[in-house]
Amino acid sequence: MLRDLLSRWPVLQQIRTGSDGTGAESWSERTRNLKPKTAGCEVTRGVCPYCAVGCGQLVYHKDGKLISIEGDPASPISRGHLCPKGSNTHQLHTHPGRLTKVKYRRPHAKDWEDIDLDTAMNMIADRVWDARERTFEETRNGESLMQTTAIAHLGGATLDNEENYLIKKLFSGGLGMVCISNQARI
Amino acid sequence: MPGLGTSVGRGGATTAQQSLADSDAILIMGSSMAEQHPVGYQWVVEARERGCKVIHVDPRFTRTSATADIWVPLRAGSDIVFLGGLIHYVLENEKWFKEYVLHYTNASTILRDDYVDAEDAGGLFSGWDAEKKKYDPETWLYKGSEPKKENGQSLPGHHDAGGGHAKDRGGEAGNTTEFETDDTLQHPRCIFQVLKRHFARYTPEMVERSCGVPQDVFLRVAETYAAASGRSKTGCICYAVGWTQHSTGVQIIRAAAILQLLLGNFGRPGGGILALRGHASIQGSTDIPTLYDILPGYMPMPFFDADSKTFEQYIKQHSTEAGLWTKFEDFMVSFLKAWYGDAATKENQWGFNFLPRVTGDHSELGYWLDMKDGKLEGLFVMGQNPAVGAPNGRLQRKAMANLKWLVVRDLVEIETSTFWKDSPEIERGELRTEDIATEVFLMPAAGPAEKSGSFTNTQRLLQWHNKAVEPPGDARSELWFVYHLGRMFKGRAARERTPKNDALNALTWELPTEGAVAEPSAEAVLAEINGRDLTTGKLLSTFEDLKRDGTTMSGCWIYTGVKPAENRNVANERSAHDALGHGWGFAWPKDTRIIYNRASAAPDGTPWSEEKKFVWWDEEKREWTGKDITDFKKDMPPDHKRDLSKGGLEALDGDKPFGMHPDGRGWLYVNSGLKDGPLPTHFEPLESPVENPLYPQHQSNPPSDKKQRPDNPYASTPHDSRFPFVLTTYRLTEHHTAGGMSRSLSHLSELQPELFAEISLELAELTGVSPNDYVTIVTPRALISARALVTPRMTPLIIQGHQIHQVGLPYHWGWKGIVTGDVANDLLAISQDPNVRIMETKGLVCNLIPGRHPAGHKALDELHELLEERP
Repeated sequence: MLRDLLSRWPVLQQIRTGSDGTGAESWSERTRNLKPKTAGCEVTRGVCPYCAVGCGQLVYHKDGKLISIEGDPASPISRGHLCPKGSNTHQLHTHPGRLTKVKYRRPHAKDWEDIDLDTAMNMIADRVWDARERTFEETRNGESLMQTTAIAHLGGATLDNEENYLIKKLFSGGLGMVCISNQARI
Repeated sequence: MPGLGTSVGRGGATTAQQSLADSDAILIMGSSMAEQHPVGYQWVVEARERGCKVIHVDPRFTRTSATADIWVPLRAGSDIVFLGGLIHYVLENEKWFKEYVLHYTNASTILRDDYVDAEDAGGLFSGWDAEKKKYDPETWLYKGSEPKKENGQSLPGHHDAGGGHAKDRGGEAGNTTEFETDDTLQHPRCIFQVLKRHFARYTPEMVERSCGVPQDVFLRVAETYAAASGRSKTGCICYAVGWTQHSTGVQIIRAAAILQLLLGNFGRPGGGILALRGHASIQGSTDIPTLYDILPGYMPMPFFDADSKTFEQYIKQHSTEAGLWTKFEDFMVSFLKAWYGDAATKENQWGFNFLPRVTGDHSELGYWLDMKDGKLEGLFVMGQNPAVGAPNGRLQRKAMANLKWLVVRDLVEIETSTFWKDSPEIERGELRTEDIATEVFLMPAAGPAEKSGSFTNTQRLLQWHNKAVEPPGDARSELWFVYHLGRMFKGRAARERTPKNDALNALTWELPTEGAVAEPSAEAVLAEINGRDLTTGKLLSTFEDLKRDGTTMSGCWIYTGVKPAENRNVANERSAHDALGHGWGFAWPKDTRIIYNRASAAPDGTPWSEEKKFVWWDEEKREWTGKDITDFKKDMPPDHKRDLSKGGLEALDGDKPFGMHPDGRGWLYVNSGLKDGPLPTHFEPLESPVENPLYPQHQSNPPSDKKQRPDNPYASTPHDSRFPFVLTTYRLTEHHTAGGMSRSLSHLSELQPELFAEISLELAELTGVSPNDYVTIVTPRALISARALVTPRMTPLIIQGHQIHQVGLPYHWGWKGIVTGDVANDLLAISQDPNVRIMETKGLVCNLIPGRHPAGHKALDELHELLEERP
């Protein structure tokens, strides 16, 4: 005990190691016990969601909460680096402006109201079904058409391949929607 | 995509970012890579440290320019003159790589006698129909090629119907397997000679006159870049939307491809063209397209009254007799089996008639105008913010007020979801909230760390991101939303078995789900995308195993191999064991990192040089070997003679690296697949203060579509004194596109808090503006205010004896988020280039006046006053 205390005494450490008092010998108990915020976290591998460089990310999380998202040094593309946007991926997930409830605006209403997810899903399904029922064309001049142009979709370049696959499959291959577009052109 | 697609076969970057480190010269144009792709830019920096010359051609001096060897400011919209000048220089000074050009490109191919080049007809190629404003491309075919005809009529293909993504390849207009060549390259109608004549007037003098680049500066660039060619040197070209967002965007990329083919730079380390994409999976969203005119793997959607009458006709139209597209039927049948499962049978043409037919322009800008005209009822927006991010924002927002219902899915309350209560149109009294009948659903979305799935990055690399935590509250992934919505529709369709619901009833829609919210398994979707052998149930490891007899399925043939076994997900593998990153993710096709890499060896299969040794023929083992998966048939020797009866790559000679093309060659000249000509030709932007010096009869790209109407007006350029300056828009490092993923974040908002207009000292003096003053920028569509950033980074250019000023404007702001500002995209017009229907954002005209525009309705009064002022 006493030996331990003495060995941590900065003066003794300085004498023993010849250091100048600005290194580990000056650490307080608190400093010595500091740990990185990622200590004890689980790590999963992620990919930066901003531009298309495809930087590797390490996603640190503990008890179901995101703790930090950092560059992945093992990535052969990014070699651990992230730009200002990529470095902010943690905040992208955790900032107070995140939506967590479905908001609904009635026709002519001046403001939002909250509705629950199941209700919203049913209402959306009803509207799609109704518009499709009225506007779907099976044939034109005796030729197969199987199409509706009354409903459109926009978006995809920020989504996963698997999500785009299901969107195209359901909207185009199932419902017959043709007005489907995203950010990509050339 | 068609720029690269028609030139070399696939609409994707041909190389990997890491390979930039092996370049001897890098030309960055139409991109500020250091700012927009900063982490990728480390490979440019590394190359430069190894002695590579870096050239940046851009209207603005940016951090890319600051770290380049040469910065060249040019006039926005003059890119084809500049690149044409480089092509001219290479041809005139014998700088082209002769062996490469002769064996690997179509330089020796002879054109038909009735082909007329734009140089000989004042800017129009043969086949122009002035009434329809479009080309019939039949005369562009090779001599000896047969046009695809039925009963004496040309097969209609897609030329009438619009679209362009699927035409990333040849073989649409004719069978180009047979053609005449002249290996001496002297025949006056061989492509090499046609190319020489086509670019004869793109001289250093013309570059100076049109681009504002002094001849000595241009020649320094030409000498520097052309030196990166030959057996032991390579050069790479990097571009981004600074090229694509023009009314000639596809042809700008074509010009770059011609340059790279002449210099022998495709398929080699440190070579190629790196298309720099701006969203995490923008490449993925065309590979597996949420687009109207293509199906996954660049297969075309059937077009009504064109190629859609029978499956047989559709297959015939889009297949070739040689190269990989001979397998089109295998890919298509396997795809239909993925979507429609057991309901896709030989008897019902594999469910071909379940697919909807395209009847016109269903692209974003096309249907948005229909929305404005009240022809649409409902709209889904997932991860995009058109109220701020799309051209002519005023029209965009007013159009949404004509919808019956709108579903927006995003992480935050973006402008698109609240146009009805706080948009500039409400503030200015153009729209009243209580008059807007649109029902709006704003659905909280899951973030990338809250769901699993793959992004395809800018170099065709699929990388899996793993779910770390649950999304908050009612936030869900798009996968969840679409899957469960689909289950509801499937349920309704099962109860109403009408012909209308045939496709829905046939659609395969069973996925395992997990967790309390029943999240569908993304890996199960990836397995469907990858494909299976239906007789054994086993996952496939290569698209070469796909069959047309209904015994295989694959949702996207180019991705086959990403999930080759139940316990493997190559996109999620993370053990890179070489510089190109093999072992880390999956690059389509077949995990090839540099595509067309057969071209990295000489025609006889030996490496071009020790320095650029990459893939070569191992005579002992009788196979191709090297540092990458060979983008070629592994056991096909360099001296192989084509065998048409075998189809596929065996129908090509062993020295033809571009296997997507029916002649196996890189296309200096594109015989079919483009709507505005087989060779790039300079036209001015739709709004330009400069007369077209090359083709005075045709100021702008003839088949482009201005969509001009009262709510989408244009300046009367080239001589509209109301709009004397050139405007170009761009992005900043600290924000992302329309701000949905950045303006709500405190750190990023602090780094870039406010909209500004970047102008030169000379323009500031001319307009009487001091640094940090508010200015108002005006176009025929709108006016917006910004702070003036007066800087020598912007420089006026001398064009045809006149001083031309350019204004740079970042476009990230809107009225929501932590930092707000006027919407720069309100200034843009809705316009469409002929090939992919992209709008022109990088070169238009504007005025800039001191002071801030007034608030409320007075802003509109001021706009109208300014528009009426004409001398």
